[in-house]
Amino acid sequence: MAATTLQARSTRSKTPRRIQESRSDRIFTVVNYIVLTLLLLVILYPLTFIASASISDPDAVSSGRVWLWPVDINFNGYETIFNHKPIVRGFANSLFYVAVGTTLNLTLTLLAAYPLSRRDLVGRHWFMLLFVFTMMFSGGLIPTYLVVHDLGLLNTRWALILPTALAVWNVIITRTYYQVTIPHELLEAARIDGCDDFRFFWSIVLPLSKPIIAVNVLFYAVGHWNQFFNALIYLTNEELFPLQLVLREILIQSSIDPTMADAAELARRRELRDLLKYCLIVVASIPPLLAYPFVQKQFVKGIMIGSLKG
Amino acid sequence: MVTLLRRPDAHRESVAEQLQRPRTTTWRRARNCWQLYLMLLLPVVYLLIFHYWPMYGLQIAFKNYNVVQGITGSPWVGFSHFERFIESFMFWPVIRNTIILHSYELLVGFPLPIILALALNQVRLRWFKRSVQMITYAPYFISTVVVVGMLVVLLDPRTGLLNNLLGLFGLGPLDFLSDPSYFRHLYVWSSVWQNLGFGSVIYLATLSSIDPQLHEAAIVDGASRVKRIWHIDLPGIMPVAVIMLILNIGSILSIGFEKVLLMQNSLNLSTSEVIDTYVYKIGLAAEVPQYSYAAAIGLFRSVVGLILLVIANQIARRFARSSLW
Repeated sequence: MAATTLQARSTRSKTPRRIQESRSDRIFTVVNYIVLTLLLLVILYPLTFIASASISDPDAVSSGRVWLWPVDINFNGYETIFNHKPIVRGFANSLFYVAVGTTLNLTLTLLAAYPLSRRDLVGRHWFMLLFVFTMMFSGGLIPTYLVVHDLGLLNTRWALILPTALAVWNVIITRTYYQVTIPHELLEAARIDGCDDFRFFWSIVLPLSKPIIAVNVLFYAVGHWNQFFNALIYLTNEELFPLQLVLREILIQSSIDPTMADAAELARRRELRDLLKYCLIVVASIPPLLAYPFVQKQFVKGIMIGSLKG
Repeated sequence: MVTLLRRPDAHRESVAEQLQRPRTTTWRRARNCWQLYLMLLLPVVYLLIFHYWPMYGLQIAFKNYNVVQGITGSPWVGFSHFERFIESFMFWPVIRNTIILHSYELLVGFPLPIILALALNQVRLRWFKRSVQMITYAPYFISTVVVVGMLVVLLDPRTGLLNNLLGLFGLGPLDFLSDPSYFRHLYVWSSVWQNLGFGSVIYLATLSSIDPQLHEAAIVDGASRVKRIWHIDLPGIMPVAVIMLILNIGSILSIGFEKVLLMQNSLNLSTSEVIDTYVYKIGLAAEVPQYSYAAAIGLFRSVVGLILLVIANQIARRFARSSLW
């Protein structure tokens, strides 16, 4: 009898069993979940409110009837935005900067990170110093501005692409990634087969770089989409303004082209102005927010590898 | 120890070894790497043009730069710009604002991502963990302009959400954005809102790489969750945390001033004017830009930042055995 119960127990223990948690652990877990849920709500609330407000009747928003759900749904705000030329132009410009800028960024970052990850690169130490020093000390705002000026890039599209063509932080992460994932034996084997560095990089390293490419693309693209200060100081031609600069004028300095509003009363105008702000916030945030889930899997993998060695 | 520059496999050859190894000189080995050098060419050129050339241009901080005479032709004035800055009436307010703002941000913004990472690490429900992660990461991708825009609409004294809420309790509408005393709190906590999730990524990554056997052993020994966090998780992320702290301290005088610039208005300048916005104002935004003076202030800030970085690193090396180099 004892033998059979023993046997029964040993087969039972093969199935996964919840470890019995002590009471303090259970309290901890409950508190943990509660706190995290609260955090979730706090972070989520402003976003949902703004999304709701953007499709609600402006009256309802300003009188405080909108707390969470939209009231009197209408899409007037969005219509107005998409008809407003500076906004559409800004959107298109930003897309350009993101596309061209990220491509350049990615190219330069990979071109820099791979050689730096090779142990047999003569002078590697000095090159790293060259790169890392720029993270610790910089010329500052004015000298950089003067360089851009001297290069004749002021008020051109390139002023938003070239000065930020490479982020050393990304180079470091990518380099670490290569150090961890490209084993030396792979290189040796390829060498024996007569493969040179270029070929090795192109045919072997690049296909293996998918996670770190995702990480870089995400960082750079979002950086380009969100940038406004460089545009502020380097551009005066409105045709070249990225979206964020246009947003700044509307959202923060509250200057709207009067032909945009179609109402006469001041109060109505103010409500409309607020409505437009809500819609603008939603429109400007959606592209980056949408991009994230798509690259998330590769991104998490890349971050883990890239960050472990600092 | 986390190292960026030191080669982990560096090995000093003895004389005997040097005599024994085949005669591949450094020069020859370098020539074998020519393709790698070619790859490095573009990035290095970029660095030289956009990072090192401006450093050369920093000398205008010691001159009275004017566009006509150029950098080399402008007259030398030594440290007069620095003296002028230190003696100016803006010096202490600007420095004070910068330091207070950054310290506040550090005090609040440094521990919170760590706490979040530690808490998230204890969550067993996969879908819950994923949701929290996704939602807390989201604000990071929203641009600074939009975040400040959100502040502007939500805190509007007439139509803003917060004031409507306060109105429910009978509290009068407050103009948060024009009041200097609210500036720091608004700045710091909105930064927390934006960066909390993303800042925890690196800690979560480190936590997940901690040997699970440590935890299993602790559980067998009867350690509670809290004890495990204190004795296993925290020491595990300490090296990374220290590095992040050093980097943060080193940038003490250069806050993300884009956000400050956006949140500034003529009414809250007494707390919102920091070094970088001041440099921007007198260097670029003024009607008569004072390039040299602004450059001098910028140089002052960079040097102090570098010194702080080195000091912080030395302290960390002594006490936490963790270093940037």
